[in-house]
Order: sequence, then structure tokens, then C-alpha cells
Amino acid sequence: MATRVLEHEAHPAAGHGEQTGLWSWITTVDHKRIGILYGATAFLFFLLGGIEALLLRIQLGSPENTFLSPETYNQMFTMHGTTMIFLAIMPLSAMFFNFMIPLQIGARDVAFPRLNAFSYWVFLLGGLFLNSSWFFGAAPDQGWFGYANLTSKQFSPGLNVDFWMIGLQILGIASLAAAVNFFVTIVNLRAPGMNLMRMPMFVWMSFITQVLLLLAFPVITVALFLLMFDRFFGSSFFVPAGGGDPILWQHLFWIFGHPEVYILILPAFGIVSEVLPVFSRKPLFGYAAMVFSGVFIAFLGFGVWAHHMFSTGMGPIADAFFSLSTMLIAIPTGVKIFNWIGTMWGGSLQFRTPMLFAVGFIAMFIIGGLSGVMHSSPPADLQQTDTYFIVAHFHYVLFGGSIFGLTAGAYYWWPKMSGRMLNERLGKLHFWLMMIGFNLTFFPMHFVGLHGMPRRVYTYPEGLGFELMNQIETAGSFVLGLAFLVFLWNIYKTSRGPRNAPADPWNGATLEWAIPSPPQEFNFAKIPVVHGRDALWEQKRQRGGPLPEPARVSGQGIHMPNPSYWPAVTAVGVLAVLVSLMTLGTTGVPGVVAGVALLFLGVYKWAYEPAG
Amino acid sequence: MLLRTAVRRPLRLVIALCLLTLVLVGCGAEHYPQTTLLPRGDFARIADDLLDTTVKWALLVFVLVEGILIYAIFRFRGRPNDPEPHQTHGNTTVEIIWTVVPALILAAIAVPTVRAIFQTNATPGQDALRIEVVGHQWWWEFRYPEYNLTTANELVVPVGRTVSLHMGSADVIHSFWVPQFAAKRDVFANRETRMWFKAEVDGDYPGQCAEFCGIQHGRMAHRIRAEQPEQFQAWVAQMQTPGPRKPPAADRLYAEGEKLFTAKGCVACHSLVAVNAPKGMLGPNLGNVGARSYLAAGTLKNTDENLARWIRDPQSIKKGVLMPNLGVTAEEARALVQFLRAHR
Repeated sequence: MATRVLEHEAHPAAGHGEQTGLWSWITTVDHKRIGILYGATAFLFFLLGGIEALLLRIQLGSPENTFLSPETYNQMFTMHGTTMIFLAIMPLSAMFFNFMIPLQIGARDVAFPRLNAFSYWVFLLGGLFLNSSWFFGAAPDQGWFGYANLTSKQFSPGLNVDFWMIGLQILGIASLAAAVNFFVTIVNLRAPGMNLMRMPMFVWMSFITQVLLLLAFPVITVALFLLMFDRFFGSSFFVPAGGGDPILWQHLFWIFGHPEVYILILPAFGIVSEVLPVFSRKPLFGYAAMVFSGVFIAFLGFGVWAHHMFSTGMGPIADAFFSLSTMLIAIPTGVKIFNWIGTMWGGSLQFRTPMLFAVGFIAMFIIGGLSGVMHSSPPADLQQTDTYFIVAHFHYVLFGGSIFGLTAGAYYWWPKMSGRMLNERLGKLHFWLMMIGFNLTFFPMHFVGLHGMPRRVYTYPEGLGFELMNQIETAGSFVLGLAFLVFLWNIYKTSRGPRNAPADPWNGATLEWAIPSPPQEFNFAKIPVVHGRDALWEQKRQRGGPLPEPARVSGQGIHMPNPSYWPAVTAVGVLAVLVSLMTLGTTGVPGVVAGVALLFLGVYKWAYEPAG
Repeated sequence: MLLRTAVRRPLRLVIALCLLTLVLVGCGAEHYPQTTLLPRGDFARIADDLLDTTVKWALLVFVLVEGILIYAIFRFRGRPNDPEPHQTHGNTTVEIIWTVVPALILAAIAVPTVRAIFQTNATPGQDALRIEVVGHQWWWEFRYPEYNLTTANELVVPVGRTVSLHMGSADVIHSFWVPQFAAKRDVFANRETRMWFKAEVDGDYPGQCAEFCGIQHGRMAHRIRAEQPEQFQAWVAQMQTPGPRKPPAADRLYAEGEKLFTAKGCVACHSLVAVNAPKGMLGPNLGNVGARSYLAAGTLKNTDENLARWIRDPQSIKKGVLMPNLGVTAEEARALVQFLRAHR
């Protein structure tokens, strides 16, 4: 009975809301278009971060190398980390939140479409602002973790830290606005019958991610405000000379920073939990355990932050507490891995490209998880921390985990988002190049780290035995780069072909596959009614076979929100206010007043503009 | 069975990779002077024992889980037209097992961990040799209150006596790392942190700063030299003998260097006395600079030629270092080298 959209009488595809042109993208409030904007922007930033990584690898390819100067190297690794975390992985996840959450829960859009547009514009401006620092020769150079008191005016007098601090503050606004939006969307806009324990696992993991964002980002916002006061107005929250404490920054940063790790990985958990059942042709194993392990990971994620600080000498009680709480996280994480394997067990595995990346994700994430347990033990961590062993660990989690998972999602949902199938042969080439390149790059880092190579050094001397492994890593990183060139080629090549994707190319289990590829602006001509988990499989089972290809219908009578450019104006206002603080010395109070005026104009016009 | 062979091959590959890993980690360690895997002190041994424990469990779990995953990949590979597989949704027994078993493994890691946490945080006894460590951008200062000695970048410790490090920073956060004998501990400008170790064998080893501390974090290395008690006492005695090992009085170059050391302003940042040295100097103490094996915190080997290069143009060798280029000519540098070389 569900989704009568499929039997909806076919109207000629009417032009309702299907605008084109640049202006239509600037004013769009359609969650799918915003999702594509997020995806395209984040992918460009991902390529930028990747190029930065390759430059770092060239520099480290031989000892005493002078390819990058010390200050350029420091800027490069700071921007590589900042870019990959805030401008690539998070917004790539946001692409899928945007595009897929409404479709998977059977909604027409997100709860606050204009706020959604606002989030994107703030993110874009924040990313551009952060990277504009390159043109001033003042790219951030203090590390993505920005440890005080190196960030104080005394030790970092330039604009570098200002760019980072203001940039992150801007990006935090985008993340918080988006988190509120998706939280409310998931709570309020689920289709009739879709109770919480019927939600697709991607929606569940996204939901938990929003809660983490809502609780973690205010902490970094506060920390950055304190830092702003230190730098702009001469306070000394983190400056020992003025009675402040640099360790306070570490606590605040990691209370945000550790949940942030789960913000980066939980969406990938969700994607893999969607891909594996579809390509194993059987439902997710242990659905409830998957939900609760995700909740448990998120909860524990707020009680482990100081395992980033064992080397600060917190004393035995704190060390023991944070060590044990960290080890506890391995249990729900293990449950997830076993459930994924359990999903494959006894299935009929179809190794299409999304499945390859999902299985690669499991294989690589296991390694990252195990090395994580190794440094949950403080005395052992006192040797490992700040060495390449840690670099290896978190790349197995964030690349082997998040990026493999997001790439699985990209291949899985590409047909739905673009209306075109990606080339399977190129997809498989991409996978194998990425698998080989990834392991060549990051596996030797475990050894070079345990053998004493510290992180964040712009070069290393001969004679410490680091040469060979660094050469292998550098070679591997170029294989990794090649893998993504293959992906780009795949996108380019197929984008010139016909729109050949059917509504349901993979025999999908969830509602997004019930509607045409790409979906029409209103998603569902009729809001579906859900009777169980894997709602679409349920429908197909009732029908006793595949569903007919859904027709494009006229959206007449469907009420959709109006486009608006005020979210973009407001976003520029946010940028103006924060940048005017940074340039207070030159633009002075009038600059701040102008920024605030623009912000208020945007909010005012937005508030009084009819929504549609 | 065909299937079995298909599975055995990748499984063998996994095992081979694991063995290779062990070989790479264990056997080659002596080729890595900065390695953490060949402990030569009690503190480092505690860390290494814990690492061994976790690595054993991690390898076991790795082989098992990746093995099962690879088995599943080959065993359950399907074709598009295969009938729909049995639709299982879960299995409570299995799910309880794979929650409890990892918990037990973690307990096996947690118990020795907690024990080691308290061991490593213990206060060393009264007879320990107290050494004060001060991190600077980008070099290390070492003070021995027991002997009224100060030196820089080369820490000398006796074998067999516990050394108690009391550490701080003159500027930003650094992390003092002694991979062979201890581990690492951050240093701060507003608090004292501590670490202790007892060297078990003598030897001269490299270490370096492990917390990002600004533009020259990559050039903030130090040496740790463990000496047998007699040699250590000899070193202390040598350091306590005041003044340079002067060459014959007629050495014109030496006298010229001595004058230049003041005239060029070197004296503003560097002290030449190791005994009762003034605190709070911006640059490293040069009391025994002539005898050190490296210059500029591990940047250059301490040869006459390198020392002259460093004096003339520190900014192109270690960009951003607090020592400015002072317009020293080649001739003046030769004199300064002659003068400094006598400080041993």
C-alpha cells in the first residue's frame, strides 16, 4: 500500500520549479540542489587538500629535502588537516545528509529549507576565506589543533592564526545551523509509519551525528571566542604570562575534537550499513544493536577527550579513567564490525563498485580500530603520541574509514543524484588503485612512527633509518592521487553520456529508490506510507517482484518553498562581521557596524519574506 | 574443494603479511637509533611491554576478523540471478558472544595498563639524580642542581642511577622525548611536569621535540648520552673545571675570538660558563660547546667548518631561529671557532 507515488498517473514532465542558470543555484532552497552544491564544493576542497598532501609527501620523500621551506611546510600540513576535516569530510557527509535524509524518510524537503541554503553559503564563504589566506602569504601554520600558547600574539604575530580562528568560527556556524535543521527534519518529517526503529541506518547514524554536532560545536565556538579575545583584545585565557593556562585550550579543543572524530566517521558507518545489505541481498544484521552501538559510541565519545593529552602528565587517576573509557569504545565499534560481516554472512554478495568500497572500508577500519586500542594505554601512548604511528592510525580511521565509506556512498547514490550510472570498470580500477595506494602510503607510517619519527617535522636527518619507508609512502600517495584522477575521469566520461539511470538500479531497500533518478523537485508526488524496515523491499515483496519504473509527474498542487537570496546575503553578513573583527586595526568600528548592518538586513528580509 | 583453495590463498597472504610485520618491527630495530622498540631503560621497558601485550592481542584479532571477512567474501560471492538468500535479521547468541569476547580481551589489556599507569606516575626515590629540563624555541636546556651545572641539547646521565626530570618551558609547549630510556612528556611555561628513568646500558642516542612548537619544530633535536658511573663522574669533573681549555698563550686567533664574542654581541644571549650559569638566557649555554657532537639542536655536525657557517649565517641554515645574522666575516668566524672550540 505504501508509496502510491508509483501508481500515480503519468503527466508530461511539467516545468514546475525546474529552473536552470546561475541565479537559480544562488537562490535555491531545494535540499537536493543544496546537496549537490555541498558535494561539488567539498570535492574541490578535497582535491585541494589532496594536492597539499602530495606536496607534503614530496618534501618528506627524501631526508634534508628543501622542496618546501619550513614555514610553507607548516602552513601546508595545517591547511591539509583543516581542509580535510572541515572542508572535505564534514561537507561531503553534509552532501548525503542533504540529498538523502529527506528521500530516505519520505519527506519533500528539510524542515528549514532557507536555513539549509544559509548553511551552505556560510560553509562556502568560510572555506574560501580560510583558503584566501594563501594569497596573503599568511596561511594558518600552527596545526589544525591550534595548541595554545603557540597561538598567542607573542609567538604567532601574523595573520595566520587569525585566518584559522575566524575561518573555523564561520564554519562552525554553518555546521550548527545544519545540525539543527537535520535534527528537526528527522524528528518531525518522517513519513507516516516510519517510527524511529524503522529508519534506515544512514538516517540513524546521521541523526546521532547531528546530536554530536549540537553538543560539540558550541565548545569549540567558546574556545575560539576566548582565543579571539586573547589575540584581538589582549586578554590571556591561554597565555601563561598573564595567568592563563594553555592546558585549558587542550581540554576545550578535545572536548570538541573527540566527538568531532565520530562526527567524521558515523555518516560513513551509516552509508556502509546501507550499501552492505543491498549488495548482500539480505537485511542489515542486528539492526537494534547497530542503533544502540551508535548511540553508545556517541555517548562515550564525550568521555574520552583527554586520551589526546596523556603526555601532558594529568596524573594516574585521570590517565586511568580516560584510558578505560577509551577502551570501552572498542566494544560497540567491534559490535558494528561484526554486524557488518554478519550482514554479508550467508548473503549473495554482488561486488559492484559501491560494495567494493564498503568491504574495503570494513577491512581498513579494523586496522584503524586496533591501532586505536594500542594507544588507549597511556604508558604505551607516551611513546606513540605525536609520532607517525598516530598519523597512520587516524588515516586508517579517517581515510580507510570515512573516505572509503563516503566513496562507497558516492558510487551507490551517484545514479540517484545525477541520473547517470558511473562506469563499473573505472570504478573497480579506482577501488584497487585506492586500496593499494592507501596501504602503501599509510601502512609504513606505523613502523616509521614506532621507530621514532615524530609528526609535523618539515624534514628529517639521514641516518635515523626513515628514508626507505618515507620513499614508499611518497610513492603510495601518488597512486592514491591517481585513483582519484580515475574517479574524475569516470565522472567526466559518464556525464557526457545519456541519463541512463533507472529509479532503482541496485534493487535498493530504501525509499529514495522508489522515485525517478534524479528525483523531481518535490521528491514524492504522494508522501509514502511505511509498514516496516527496508520499506522498498517490503513493497517489492508484497508485489512479488520489481516495481514498474516510476514516471515523472506534474507537481501541480504540491506546495514547495520559494527560492530566496536572503540566506546568501545573511551568510555574507556573517562573514563580514567576523572578518571586520580581524581587520579591526584598519577598518575599525565602522567595519564592524557595516558587517552587523548587513547581517541584520539579511535576517530581517529573510524573516519577513513569504516562505512560499 | 575449489572453494577451500580460494580461501586458503588469501588467508596465507594475511598470515605472511603479519609475519612480515613482526620482522619489520622486531628484527630491524637496531637500524633505527631513535626507535622506541629497543628499550634500554626501565620506563621505556614498561611502555614497550604494554605495547607487546596490545600488539599480540591486536594481531590475533586482526588475523581472525580479517580472515573471517575474506572468507565471507569468497564463500558468499553471488551472481545476479542467484535466488534471494535467507533473510536473517540477527542472532542474539552470536551478538552476545561478540560483545563479551572483545570486552574480555580489553580487560586483558586494561589490567596491565592500569598497573603501568601507577608505576610510571610513581615518584622516584630521594637518591635520584635531579635534572631540570627547560624547552626553548628551538633547543633544550639541562641543569644539574646537584653539580651546579648547566648544558644544552646534550643530556648526559649515569647508567644505573634513576634520573628525575623536572621540566618546564621558557616559551610555548614542547615535548621532551627520550625514546630509548623513557618516553615523552610535554613541557609548559606555567607548570612543572616530570618524568624519570634509569638507563640500563651506556650509549649515545638521538631524541627530538615531539610537540609542534613553531617554525623550527623540525630542527629541535637533542642527544641523550648514558655513561658508566665513573665516566659520568669524569664528565662532571671536567664540566666543573672553570674556564676554557686554553691554547698556548700566543694564540692570536683565540684572543681575537674572545674579543669578537663580546664585540659581536654573542655574549648577550650565550653564557660561556657551565658552573653556576645564569638562568633565563635566550640562547644555549656554550660552556662545553667545543665538545658537543651537534650544533643548533641537531641541525649540523659540530665541525669547525659547520660552526663557522652557523656563526656567519644561521638564518639560511635554520630559518626563523632566534639567532640573527650578525655580519661576521669569514676571518672573524675562524677566530670565533678557535675561541669556542676551546670550551669543552
